[in-house]
Amino acid sequence: MAVISSEKDIEALSFTIVAEFDAAVDRVWQIWEDPRQLERWWGPPTWPATFDKHEFREGGSSSYFMTGPEGEKSRGWWKFTAIDSPRRLEFNDGFADESGAPVGDMGETHAVVTLEEVEAGRTRMTVASSFENAEQLQQMLEMGMEEGLKEAMGQIDGILAERASV
Amino acid sequence: MVVDQLSESEVDRLFHALADSTRRSIVVRAISEEHSVSALAAHYAMSFAAVQKHVAVLEQASLVTKEKRGREQMVRANREAVRRARHLLDEYEKIWRQRVDRIAEILAEDE
Repeated sequence: MAVISSEKDIEALSFTIVAEFDAAVDRVWQIWEDPRQLERWWGPPTWPATFDKHEFREGGSSSYFMTGPEGEKSRGWWKFTAIDSPRRLEFNDGFADESGAPVGDMGETHAVVTLEEVEAGRTRMTVASSFENAEQLQQMLEMGMEEGLKEAMGQIDGILAERASV
Repeated sequence: MVVDQLSESEVDRLFHALADSTRRSIVVRAISEEHSVSALAAHYAMSFAAVQKHVAVLEQASLVTKEKRGREQMVRANREAVRRARHLLDEYEKIWRQRVDRIAEILAEDE
């Protein structure tokens, strides 16, 4: 079980998840630092992410897009507000239009990621996200839900195909 | 699913209402027991009218209900709406749990 705990604060609109991995702190840091590894886990499986810019330094920014099952693209950006390698990073995360420009009225999520060694070769990762408005959260959720919906549809297709072959 | 339960504009109203610390505080007070607007106003360093406006925003987001009783307006938290806010965060948690699982898979490949 990688997830140790999760905590939701409804009043403050924030969410914190704590996970532990059997890997050294430096290795877990790479998961965030290396865009090729990051894009293997950031987007939902049916909405894989592609980072076309990843300036992993304080003040730097990233841009990425997620590609949906129908080839549709959803663009986002990050702005790194603090990077203390390999233990802490903070960034703002928002949505972007087709040209990659931030969508101004969509609000931002602020995320604080900390990595600590709990024992040799074992790392605790804490990610704290806070939301400033609902549209941001809602968009994220809709993407996650679209995935769930497509999977459910796929299962129905599979069941129907089985029936047809009986 | 969230989409089935709340329209996007309802979600906007919900989170706009919760984005203010005074309004969050009013919801917390009104969860434990109902309060009159004047009793609520006594807790905050602002005018009765300002508190009344906050209550109106909360009412539009269905976070509280207001009931006229005699000369008083009684405010009570709508537990259903609070539950919906929790549901949105629950959905977000699912996304992060999936991400953590995928990170663990990538790290497991190292061995």
